[in-house]
Parts: sequence; C-alpha cells; structure tokens
Amino acid sequence: MKIPKMKVRDLNFYYGKFHALIDVNMDFNLNEVTALIGPSGCGKSTLLRCLNRMNDLISISRADGKIFLDDININDPGVDVVTLRRHIGMVFQKPNPFPKSIFENVAYGLRVNGVKDRAYIAHKVEETLKSAALWDEVKGRMHESALGLSGGQQQRLCIARAMAVEPDVLLMDEPASALDPIATQKIEELIDELKSQYTIVIVTHNMQQAARVSDITAFFYLGRLIEMDKTESIFTRPSLKQTSDYITGRFG
Amino acid sequence: MTVHFQRELDSLKRKVLFLGALVEKSVQLAANALESRDTEMADLIIAEDRKVDELEVEVEEDCLKILALYQPVAIDLRIISAIIKINNDLERVGDEAVNIAQRVNIMARRPPVDIQFDYILMAEKVESMLKRSLDAMVNMDQDLAYKVCLEDDEIDDMNRRVYDKVKEAIGRQPERVGYLINLLLVARHLERIADHATNIAEDVIYVIDGVILRHAEDELKSTPD
Repeated sequence: MKIPKMKVRDLNFYYGKFHALIDVNMDFNLNEVTALIGPSGCGKSTLLRCLNRMNDLISISRADGKIFLDDININDPGVDVVTLRRHIGMVFQKPNPFPKSIFENVAYGLRVNGVKDRAYIAHKVEETLKSAALWDEVKGRMHESALGLSGGQQQRLCIARAMAVEPDVLLMDEPASALDPIATQKIEELIDELKSQYTIVIVTHNMQQAARVSDITAFFYLGRLIEMDKTESIFTRPSLKQTSDYITGRFG
Repeated sequence: MTVHFQRELDSLKRKVLFLGALVEKSVQLAANALESRDTEMADLIIAEDRKVDELEVEVEEDCLKILALYQPVAIDLRIISAIIKINNDLERVGDEAVNIAQRVNIMARRPPVDIQFDYILMAEKVESMLKRSLDAMVNMDQDLAYKVCLEDDEIDDMNRRVYDKVKEAIGRQPERVGYLINLLLVARHLERIADHATNIAEDVIYVIDGVILRHAEDELKSTPD
C-alpha cells in the first residue's frame, strides 16, 4: 500500500517575477524513489529545494501553496527550518564533505543535534557508513581527511552524513552526475537499498538513471508537472506526446 | 544523439522493408509455382531463401547495436522490439515459402489429385494478408493492422476444410496418400504464413498503442471496424 510521506498541494514558486513552478500537485510515497526529470529550467531542482526549504536562502524567492511532511505543512511560518532539515536530508550534485575527518563528517549532524554520548556516536557512525556501503573501504582510516577519498567515496560519505541523523526523506540533486560509471553504479545500488527505510526524491538529467533507480517518474516542463506515472510506464508508453518527445531526445 | 539514432533507425527500417519485399516475392512465386506445378520456379524460391536468411541476421545485429548504443525508450524502444519480432516472422514466412516449393517439387512429379478445394484463392488471401500487414507497418496504419488480425480466422477455416477434404480423399484413394499429405501440408504452410502476417499486424498495433494484443482474441473481435 502506498503511504504518501510528502504531499505538494497547489505549489507556486517565484524567483522575483519569474514563475518557476506552476500549480504543482503531487505525492511522494514512503519506500519509493521518485525521479524528477525534465530539461534545464523546468523547475525540477527548484521543487526539490522547496521540499526542505532550501530556497529560503534566496531572498527574492516566494513560495505559495502547501507542502506536507506527514501532516505538517512545512511552509508554515512556525516551522523550524533546522529541525525540518533533520527530517529531510539532502545530497548535492558535487560531493561536498567537510574538511574534517571521515568520522567527523558523519558524526557532525549528531553533534549539532546535541548528541554527546561518544559510544553512541561511534556506533552510529559505523552503522551509517555500513548502510552507505562505504565502511569496508574506510574503516582503517576513519580519522584521515575526507578530502582524501575518491569522488564516488566522497559522495557516499555525504549520503552517510545525511543519513546519520535518521531523516525521513532523502533529497538527491543529481547525486551521480560527477561520478564515473562504477561509482555511479554503487550510488544507484545504494539508493535501491535505502528505499526500504526512506522516501527518496532524486533529480537527474540521466534518463537511464531515472529509469534504473526510480519507482515513479515525474516529468516537468516550463514549471509544470506534465506527467507522473510508474517509471516503467513512462519509459515504455508515456501517455503524453510531450513526455515521449522529451525522453526519446526529440526536444529538450 | 538524435540525429545519429534517427539515421540508424531509418536505415534499419529500409532493410526491414527490403526483407519484407523479398519475402512477399517468395510467397507470390510459391503460389504461382503451386498453381502451375513449376519446379524451376520452386527451385528458384529455395535458392533465393539464402538472401532472406542473411538479411534477417543483419537486421537483428542492427537492432542489437541500436539497443546497446542508444538505449531507446518509449516509441523508439517499441519500434526496435517490434522490428526484432517482425524480422523473425518475415524469416519464417520465407521458410514457409520454401516448404511450399518443396511440396511442389514432390507433387509435380506425380499426377494431380483434385480435392475440390481452391488453393489459388487461399494463397491469394494469404498473400493479401501479408502484403497488408507490411503496408500497415510501413504506414503505421492501426486500422489496417486490426483488419489483418481479423482475417486470420478465415484462413484457419480454410485450413480445416482442407483437412476434411484430404481425409475424405484418402478414404477414396488410399493409394495416393503421399500426394494428399503434401496437399494437406501446403494448406498448413499457407496457414502459418497468415499467422506470421497476423503477428506482424499485432506488432504494428503494439508500436502505435503500447498494448500487447497477442492472445487477446475477444478484444480484437469487439473492436469496431
């Protein structure tokens, strides 16, 4: 059974006068990976950033409409954004580990959230690195700088960092676009593993990647959600010509 | 990538059309050879089948190359997967034409037996189904494809009639059982060609609609003309 973890209702988003998202309504279900696809400027990254209010950082931006995490409208003025982001983690296009040790990168979120128990932190760091399929590669050098890891390892470290605080939702903005095919494959396998615990939303320009990792694919164009369906339907027989034209490379 | 893909796809489509034309020709010759008991024509059909086989392999390799290099999706994926199957059907049609040619070679050496069945009519109907299934493919004509699918029943009926007539004739002329079995098999080969034409038409519908029609006879019959 599908349980909607996040619900977007009548969302409109503006950068100054530019109407970047127009009347978006959609659900993101628990234990599902939803891929957002569409040409550059279609609004998919904007939507992703709306989901944990990253766009608050842009002063000219404005969001109308509601976004629910369970029953809480995250756009309510009373919502504490820092707490919100503990529930909705994000992984970016380029791996951005802190210039700290591997251990500290993962422990950081726990410490910021007030966890002081060292034994617990050590246990949690190990557990999270194992879930991120990175533990075996780094267990011997936990106190070395994270910047010494390869790009693919750094990205899995960032995923581990996001997971350490046990969020409900993981947002991924092109998490594998800067990685080689082997590292990409590891990230994709990881996404598949993680969906049993999380609700995952991923923005990707790589059509095959969307096809491989997601359960649901949502196609955006010029700020609108054009078509959303099971991934296998989108990639074998999309309902709309616009979707078909985009995924077959005829425009965009 | 689209330009390259489009170029590859266009060239693939041309090859399939050429293969279709070759096979259509073989079936036509087989019908003629059957009518005129012409063994020279039959030998020609058997010899020409090599071209069909070679082209079939070439088309399949092209399809696999396109899948590997371009990973097509949606309509493009449906076209390639349909071509892989249509290619196979066409090659099988070529084989059935060869089978008919081989029967002609056997029967032409013996005096004819008349079983009161119009083979020419059956062959013409089968040829027409094949031709129109290929037309439906070329023009992506869904209506025509549906019509072809519906005609298959008629050919199946004809095949059953031949069975009854051959059975009767064997009772009357048991000494001609060898010849009569060949007659029965000719009808069987024609019926198989009609089946392949139906498969091709179903694949055309799949390309257009994304709906797999095989084994859905009831749906077909409820479709308005």
